[in-house]
Amino acid sequence: MQNHFELFGLQPAFAVDADALERSYREIQSKVHPDRFAHAGDAERRASLQWTTRVNEAFRILKYPVTRAKHLLELNGVDVAFETNTAMPPEFLMQQMELRETLEDAKDPCALDALRKGLVQQKREMEKAIAEAIDAKKDYAGAAGLVRKLQFLDKLDSEIDAAYEEIE
Amino acid sequence: MALMQIAEPGMSPEPHQARLAVGIDLGTTNSLVATVRSGIATVLPDAHGRALLPSIVRYVDSQRIEVGYAAQARQADDPKNTIVSVKRFMGRGVKDVAHIENAPYDFVDAPGMLQLRTVAGVKSPVEVSSEILKVLRERAELSLSGNISGAVITVPAYFDDAQRQATKDAGRIAGLNVLRLLNEPTAAAIAYGLENASEGIYAVYDLGGGTFDISILKLSKGVFEVVATSGDSMLGGDDFDQRVFCWAVEQAKLPPLAPSDMRRLLVKAREAKEHLTVHGEAPITARLSTGEVVDLLLGTEVFCSITQTLVHKTLGPVRKALRDAGLGVEDIKGVVMVGGATRMPQVQRAVADFFRRDPLNNLDPDKVVALGAAMQANVLAGNKPQGEDWLLLDVIPLSLGLETMGGLTEKIIPRNTTIPAGRAQEFTTFKDGQTGMSIHVVQGERELVSDCRSLARFELKGIPPMVAGAARVRVSFQVDADGLLSVAAKESTSGAEASVTVKPSYGLADADVERMLRDSFEHAREDMHARALTEQRVDGQRLLEATRAALAIDAGLLGAEEKSSIENAIASLEKLLGGTDHRPIKQAVERLNRATEEFAARRMDAGIKRALAGRKIGSL
Repeated sequence: MQNHFELFGLQPAFAVDADALERSYREIQSKVHPDRFAHAGDAERRASLQWTTRVNEAFRILKYPVTRAKHLLELNGVDVAFETNTAMPPEFLMQQMELRETLEDAKDPCALDALRKGLVQQKREMEKAIAEAIDAKKDYAGAAGLVRKLQFLDKLDSEIDAAYEEIE
Repeated sequence: MALMQIAEPGMSPEPHQARLAVGIDLGTTNSLVATVRSGIATVLPDAHGRALLPSIVRYVDSQRIEVGYAAQARQADDPKNTIVSVKRFMGRGVKDVAHIENAPYDFVDAPGMLQLRTVAGVKSPVEVSSEILKVLRERAELSLSGNISGAVITVPAYFDDAQRQATKDAGRIAGLNVLRLLNEPTAAAIAYGLENASEGIYAVYDLGGGTFDISILKLSKGVFEVVATSGDSMLGGDDFDQRVFCWAVEQAKLPPLAPSDMRRLLVKAREAKEHLTVHGEAPITARLSTGEVVDLLLGTEVFCSITQTLVHKTLGPVRKALRDAGLGVEDIKGVVMVGGATRMPQVQRAVADFFRRDPLNNLDPDKVVALGAAMQANVLAGNKPQGEDWLLLDVIPLSLGLETMGGLTEKIIPRNTTIPAGRAQEFTTFKDGQTGMSIHVVQGERELVSDCRSLARFELKGIPPMVAGAARVRVSFQVDADGLLSVAAKESTSGAEASVTVKPSYGLADADVERMLRDSFEHAREDMHARALTEQRVDGQRLLEATRAALAIDAGLLGAEEKSSIENAIASLEKLLGGTDHRPIKQAVERLNRATEEFAARRMDAGIKRALAGRKIGSL
């Protein structure tokens, strides 16, 4: 499987230097982007399209915590199994159910703002725990459970977006 | 004594011949063409010094066509054959168009895209748009005295795939080499950002004649990055005219109007709207064909109240774009106003209130898009030396997905993904022995397929019979730099493969485009063959130049045999280029393209290695 960190000249780690990643992404893009080949032959334009697509996808994967963690685990032979492994600790599930109830009752932007603020905090803590598990302890199997939780929180985040749209 | 030619290594010894490239703003109300001359972007005016070309096409009879002011002058006399705001119909069916009952045309509901019955026959919106583009192309060729090597055409950022494809087709039919479709707010950001050397996060609020876009961009030195975009491709200045029109009909208690009266009153409504930008009230007077006289006075207050919902409607997408970008109004450094409709004071006020800052109005909102497009065209034509050019990273406005069981949408590429983008997903069969699979491609955010726009349907056949769930059908989406999608499906188990590639069905079939091209050249009495020959020569010349430049830099990446095979292909193309038949040239171009395929891939890899070699590698 492709190592997306290598593409950007980075060491594989969950704690990624966002600036270095972006700099590297832009440097590569400035070499391969279709805008550089608008007047080139078909072969070069095709190669440019393929490369840019790959670079964009790799950048997206490394940019977001859930996909970055999933990629790291896959590099280490661990499948996060978002679809098949839905088992969660009961206390986490309870807490999530409560949050969703709060979301259902939130009928104004202020309530949603408050909910989001709490969620951002919770996500940050989860990311810290993932960094600890992957980068320090190299406990990939343990990290998988945390990544599934983070995925759960991301989903709630997009449900909050949908709720904003609803009340607008 | 002969003087020696001095050139930088890797540069051609001949003086750099700039390619003529133009930017075209194909607007709902007005269209413009601009170019970069001596480093400065300028709008090219017509023979009378007018920069704008009203986007109005009149089919006078089966032969003659009027475009622009001439057509505008006759719109009330000949409403059925005078097409205004054709952009609203691009890539749209009859049921998609709002207020269609108030449009005085003879519509023909065709699959995919509606058509219009005129005195010159049934016309597709693509053909009507191509008439506007042709006039702009001729204007540019005349004023630059030469053939245009390529054009950037702008589209609303919120245009979906069908609307984009239709616009690109219109460009082809007008005889343009479409270098890129560029999103209008992005074009404005280029013009604004370069003019003011801006850095930071900016919002572009673009309310045109028929469409509304909001884009959030991150500007930094040499990079224009769209973070999020949203909008409404059915909301614009035209809707404000419509409100005034309805108000006038109600106030004057008018019976249902004849098409010519409808057009007459709509023109008056638009004039009143424009008048109110600087005045407190506007008269609306018109003599109808029935002899009845409309004589009304529209005040600012009434105008604001009848259009309040429209102004409000723009703020939903603004909030959505900010949310998608993960930003708040406090993060926005400036709001650039684009589009003639942003001249309305109530729009200015609403934007100022929302962003809690005065919007930026220091560029002409009618011209900024064309100017930005011209700058981008200049870069794409390769007229800017490396280092002085910039990188443009844009996104798709609407999610692309597939229909799954139960009429639900499965998103494959979510909205605001940076383009070019590609992604694949695996599906499987659900019945034993199933040998076919129907694939339905949709665009939109809603969960139900019926609420999204259908882009294409196709059937993958020849799957070897297997038990349910054993087949592996890989459906891959590829969105190119124009934001255009192509989809391929492939079954791959036990070595058996079946594959099919589609372009979304809203675009015209290649045969349609060819027919329109033929019609259009017959019309202009141009020789089809001569045109094809010129185009093929330009194409061949371009490829020769590009390949030679590539060899000059990277010949070291090739083995002796590879190099000589490319050189042979170059030599044979060069020899054929002087011929009078376009077909052998085309074949030679294809041969050279094939010969350089591996070379191109290696150059790209080398480019990436070079990009990374300049820096320390990570934290090694």
